[in-house]
Amino acid sequence: MLKNKDLLGLKDISREEILLILETAEHMKKVVCSPNKKSPYFTGKSMATLFYENSTRTKSSFEFACSYMGGSFSSLNVATSSVNKGESVLDTLKTIDSFGTDVIVIRHSQSGIPHTFAPHVKAHIINAGDGMNEHPTQALLDMLTLKQNFDTFQDMQIAILGDIKHSRVARSNIWGLSKLGAQIRIYGPGTLLPAGIEKMPNVKICSSVKEAVKDADAVMGLRLQLERMAKGLIPSMGEFHKKFGVDEQILSLAKKDAILLHPGPVNRNVELSYDVVDCPQSFINEQVTNGVAVRMAVMYLLTSNKQVL
Amino acid sequence: MKTLIKNGNIVFFDKIEKADLLISDGIITKIEPNLRDFADEVVDATDKCIFAGFVDIHVHLREPGFEYKETIESGTKAAVKGGVTAVACMPNTNPVLDNKFALRYVLDKANEAGFAKVYPVCSITKGENGELMSDMLSLKDQGAVAFSDDGKPVKTSQMMRLALEYSKEFDLPILCHAEDMDLTNGGVVHEGYNSTIYGLRGINRASEEVGIAREIIIAANLGARVHICHVSTKGSVEIIRAAKKLGVKVTAETCPHYFSLTDDMIANFNTMAKVNPPLRETEDMLAIRQGIADGTLEVLATDHAPHAHWEKECQFDNAAFGISGLETAFAVNYTYLVKQGIIDLPKLSTLMTKNPCKVINVPNNGIAVGEKADITIIDLNKKWTVDSSKFVSKGKNTPFNGMELYGLVEMTFVDGNKCYVRDDD
Repeated sequence: MLKNKDLLGLKDISREEILLILETAEHMKKVVCSPNKKSPYFTGKSMATLFYENSTRTKSSFEFACSYMGGSFSSLNVATSSVNKGESVLDTLKTIDSFGTDVIVIRHSQSGIPHTFAPHVKAHIINAGDGMNEHPTQALLDMLTLKQNFDTFQDMQIAILGDIKHSRVARSNIWGLSKLGAQIRIYGPGTLLPAGIEKMPNVKICSSVKEAVKDADAVMGLRLQLERMAKGLIPSMGEFHKKFGVDEQILSLAKKDAILLHPGPVNRNVELSYDVVDCPQSFINEQVTNGVAVRMAVMYLLTSNKQVL
Repeated sequence: MKTLIKNGNIVFFDKIEKADLLISDGIITKIEPNLRDFADEVVDATDKCIFAGFVDIHVHLREPGFEYKETIESGTKAAVKGGVTAVACMPNTNPVLDNKFALRYVLDKANEAGFAKVYPVCSITKGENGELMSDMLSLKDQGAVAFSDDGKPVKTSQMMRLALEYSKEFDLPILCHAEDMDLTNGGVVHEGYNSTIYGLRGINRASEEVGIAREIIIAANLGARVHICHVSTKGSVEIIRAAKKLGVKVTAETCPHYFSLTDDMIANFNTMAKVNPPLRETEDMLAIRQGIADGTLEVLATDHAPHAHWEKECQFDNAAFGISGLETAFAVNYTYLVKQGIIDLPKLSTLMTKNPCKVINVPNNGIAVGEKADITIIDLNKKWTVDSSKFVSKGKNTPFNGMELYGLVEMTFVDGNKCYVRDDD
């Protein structure tokens, strides 16, 4: 059972809850990978997605997760909805809530939106990314990918590289992974490192990509939003790739069985080199599959009273 | 009309004395022990302290233009409930207080309301848009006590130079909201661990410190006088302290929330703790206290910034900056400064009445024979819990809600008129 009505982030959930989600997701993955993708875990239930920011994989992933469990869904198109007529986020949420929706998946560019409004709706809110704050299901799918490749999270060394400052994926991973005992190494240009990041649990700031990646169990690149360059936070994509990016040579410094992760979509030859994206150590596509499984698990656990399947 | 206040501990700017106090027709006429004069009303102030009414030189009354947040009536009523007998109101209204009509309107409304006195601050630049100076001299003639573009900094250094240069000859007080907006860069909270773990855009200390350094350096080069509003960082205290040592004519204020709270208050996107400048860290809080103790910061003001509930009950980024502070200021100041041994009561009175008046060139000799009877009676031993729903101000926005504080205002007189009496609830 999850303690809270909503999944807003990994900051506020326990190690046990994270492990429960991951175990449930492992079961769900069998459904995703089977020829007959039917399961009863969300039958008679409904999900709505409300994405104020663009998304390809996360939104589709939730929709597939809902379908594979026999639920119905509606994806609100923010661009053509009354949101465009100036309706507030809370009013929109209340409207969707009144349709009888069991789960509302929300993404917004402002941090804290799901936290502020979740108490005002009956539906279970899943945070699919709020500003720079959290993106819990992304971190959970990263953790599932790690779990399936390693025996334990304890003392696992994970390098997270690039634009940490604006990354909700990095924050959710730090909260989640640190609760499971992993150590997180951070590296990126000073302009893309947030203040006080070293005070987050189990975080160490490194002084080079090499130091961060050396003997790591996993290397995680983060998407560099192209607008960061326009705002002058980095001088050029070329320099960023050279000094802060990951190629096969850098990856070879990690442990032999280390894996490469990226939340996607990848800017090839920016945070990751063109070829390293498709190398054998890359689990980027596996992450997408795991994403569906993790979202099935979260939706199921939030709406079901049963503790185990 | 005579009022006799018996047995109070009178807090002067330099001492405390137990005495009786007689008010005749709005003027303090006697301060002596055991007065036996006939009076229309006798107030028993046994075990209570009598202070000169506080003068808050940083208040947003919101009228005209934002009456849904606060009116001159509700704001000045909140003031007397907080023991404040005069406020200097900031000009970021709609229209901006940059013309004699708006100024007259504020003075008339204040007069009608009949609670705290109102000293209008007019804008340095027309429309607070940073481009052309307001008619400062004419506005002064019509009742403006000081000038400020508060709410935002004067954008260009050249404009600030001109304003300080123009005002210098006439000793017009210039109150600076010092901030480098380039460095603020859309930030909503202090930049530090908390901004990072909540994913909120941070405001680096440098934003305030660069702004303050600019104002001080310009003032120093012109030999002009400048007042720095709402100081919040350790670095700012150090800059001001150094400037004073060099003989720069700078005065500075801070607000209750900067020496009593830290940015931990923003946890879970608590918009009540959203204020500009933002709540900082423990080291800043302690440096502010030190600055108050050693005289670097000589004015305590509130930056009273009332807002409607819907302007705070929303996502953090969209929430309005500001704290409704008039009704908690004394208690926070007393609890966090006097009870903690940082300053004594006469010094508190100096910081809340004498020094702010000096900044805006308003004569105030505190409690003395022949002075106007602007006084407040306070029960220092009373412990109370802040309940914003009971605020008289329209703005219920406070991060102090639910906190226990010491010192409750019992009664406030403005020009000898009893404008506030606490009713037991």
